[in-house]
Amino acid sequence: MSYVAHDESAFAPPAEVEEVELYHPKTWVGKYVWSQDAKVIAVQYAMTAMGIGLVALVLSWLMRLQLGYPNSFSFIDPSNYLQFVTMHGMIMVIYLLTALFLGGFGNYLIPLMVGARDMVFPYVNMVSYWVYLFAVLLLVASFFVTGGPTGAGWTLYPPQAIAQGTPGASWGIILMLVSLAFFIVGFTMGGLNYVVTVLQARTRGMTMMRLPLTVWGIFMATILALLAFPALFVSAIMMTLDLTLGTSFFMPAIVSMGQQGGHSGGNPLLFQHLFWFFGHPEVYIVALPAFGIVSDLLSVHARKNIFGYRMMVWAILAIGGLSFLVWAHHMYVSGMNPYFGFFFATTTLIIAVPTAIKVYNWVLTLWRGNIHLTVPMLFAIGFIFTFINGGLTGLFLGNATVSVPLSDTMFVVAHFHMVMAVAPILVVFGAIYHWYPKITGRMLNDTLGKFHFWVTFVGTYFIYYPMHYLGMMGVPRRYYAIGGTDFIPASAHFVNEWITIAALVVGAVQLVFLYNLVWSYFKGKPSGSNPWNATTLEWQTPDTPPKHGNFGAALPVVYRWAYDYSVPGAVDDFIPQNVPPREVAGRNSSKT
Amino acid sequence: MSIFHDLTVKPWVAAQGTAENLYDRATARKLALRLFLAVVTVLFMLLVVAYGRRMAYEDWRPSPQLGLLWANTFALILSSVALQWAQFSVRRGRMDGMRVALLAGGAFTVVFLVGQILAWRQLNAMVYFDVTNPAIAFFYLITGLHGLHLLGGMVAWGRTFARVWGDFDVARIRHSVELCTLYWHFLLGVWLVLFGLLFSGNNLDILLKLCGIR
Repeated sequence: MSYVAHDESAFAPPAEVEEVELYHPKTWVGKYVWSQDAKVIAVQYAMTAMGIGLVALVLSWLMRLQLGYPNSFSFIDPSNYLQFVTMHGMIMVIYLLTALFLGGFGNYLIPLMVGARDMVFPYVNMVSYWVYLFAVLLLVASFFVTGGPTGAGWTLYPPQAIAQGTPGASWGIILMLVSLAFFIVGFTMGGLNYVVTVLQARTRGMTMMRLPLTVWGIFMATILALLAFPALFVSAIMMTLDLTLGTSFFMPAIVSMGQQGGHSGGNPLLFQHLFWFFGHPEVYIVALPAFGIVSDLLSVHARKNIFGYRMMVWAILAIGGLSFLVWAHHMYVSGMNPYFGFFFATTTLIIAVPTAIKVYNWVLTLWRGNIHLTVPMLFAIGFIFTFINGGLTGLFLGNATVSVPLSDTMFVVAHFHMVMAVAPILVVFGAIYHWYPKITGRMLNDTLGKFHFWVTFVGTYFIYYPMHYLGMMGVPRRYYAIGGTDFIPASAHFVNEWITIAALVVGAVQLVFLYNLVWSYFKGKPSGSNPWNATTLEWQTPDTPPKHGNFGAALPVVYRWAYDYSVPGAVDDFIPQNVPPREVAGRNSSKT
Repeated sequence: MSIFHDLTVKPWVAAQGTAENLYDRATARKLALRLFLAVVTVLFMLLVVAYGRRMAYEDWRPSPQLGLLWANTFALILSSVALQWAQFSVRRGRMDGMRVALLAGGAFTVVFLVGQILAWRQLNAMVYFDVTNPAIAFFYLITGLHGLHLLGGMVAWGRTFARVWGDFDVARIRHSVELCTLYWHFLLGVWLVLFGLLFSGNNLDILLKLCGIR
């Protein structure tokens, strides 16, 4: 049986329906600043996210300097340390990863991959970015106000978050909460755009099951975000009111230093439930786009169709649904009813099933593939290793009985960073190396890219592998200094020094990546329109980089799925989605 | 075509025919509004659950029941009815009727919003008022967020109302009126749930037990 369709009925006339209204800018400012072009907005999102991400990277260095060499740096005191922890966590999770995957890759890839001229609401899309930028600036402003940024920990638990004595309990926490509220407003504008564009603006022939998995991942993550962010929005507003108007949504009656506080009757656990109702789906808001992108990277660079496409889609849907049923596994130590603990441990383990299906399918995609060890492929394979490692430690923490003793230790930090930080960021790098040629028309430098990959990949294992052992020794997280605690051996201090050195090196090598981005923009090898010989529509544009409107005079018509690689009988080892069956037949070898 | 069918086709086997380019401006806007309503539903659902969880504690002191809320609710029902009338009129080409109904819808909404502010002031003037009482704080938060959503709706209403004079694109106005009507009906439904909750005092015992909260 041939995989090549010869059905003449598959030919479709050009799209003759109305197209998305495009605003055509007349000035440089209209084109690149107040731009309504999703591709420009994507770059704006990405640059802002990476800029604020660098701030968070520096904060992590400062944390590690304190942990590796306690009491050696006079500019790091306990308050600063808590502020670094808080801002590092919140920036990385929300303002970098969420913004970069959805605002950055979502904006660039969705219209191009579904065959649309732009997002369906370009103006709202533009406003979305500017609201996001405003949220980032509010957050940055908290570094400069009296008391500095909040040091409440990235989960912002009350009563600590707004209790006097916590760093940034006056202005820092307010700016954080207001910034989060604006972020969510901005994201909602963008998110509605992404979902409606996928559902309504696909070009002719692009059925849902012909969508590349990148689009499926971003699409489902956006739906999760739209439904999960309201919980953070509500809790941010309620905590702001507790702080500013003296309400008691979350603040219980507190007697401090013999004085009765102004609050009474609030419930701190209510905040935890609301926060984690957002917080756990947030893991998949970051992970699902990574899953989708890595699926496409593996398929393209192994020259093989993705294994189990339908199962991959179903797994994305299942993970999305289940992600709303596991939030309280972050709260095992909050004193919950053991039956609830049992319930949430069970749902947590169930979510491992669709996730494992995806991992098996990635490995089976590589199996007997024509693997090209390009830089994007290296990052994609690095992701599989890291995600498996992070996922396995998740089995420990998902079980209530094992989780309780590990809960406040560095084991959690190690697990979380492997699965939620390193794994997705490897995909971010892989994706940038993969799509940079389409965005700029030039290839990134391969040697620098491989150097960047190996130092980052090996370096992160130097950081997080030993951190698991620290956690199992009982080294606590969130502590400014562990000092002479009896149960912690001297070797733990050595490990902390080792981790700090590795973290400094891994952080520094990201400068090589940034240098590569800038150098290649001017001096990189011209890429042509389709340097990876990929099938998806973004590589079939008449111009590289694609111009406003993406596809020139006529929208493409799609005749096949996104994974026609190494099709038996076809001359080339890839068949783009917009190639009609007749042309494939004409290009077939005599063996067909 | 059902979702189940869509998700079970085998895209790699053969050409699946020629799925149409789906884009249609009006449908896209309606879909966007429905998605937004889903987001708003989650927002208010979480507030209701938070309210219910707090009610379950022994020290719950319900906020006093304000008779003015009945009148406000009636005004919001009238605004929703008026917008339904506007939709009915524009679909039948009765533009004068549509203008009157649209104006009435906006006016009743303003009455509702002013009424809510009066209710806030009434509660603030009562001896029961205590900002640290969660029931009082929830009252202000819930009514405030609902009012803000209606204010946002009034912006869309204002843009529509400004376009219904002189020559205008009937199809476009019809579409805008339909979206406004959907939004108003939705916010009326949300309000009826919130109104029931805020007026329940301490009488949701069975419901709280059913939900496993108490």
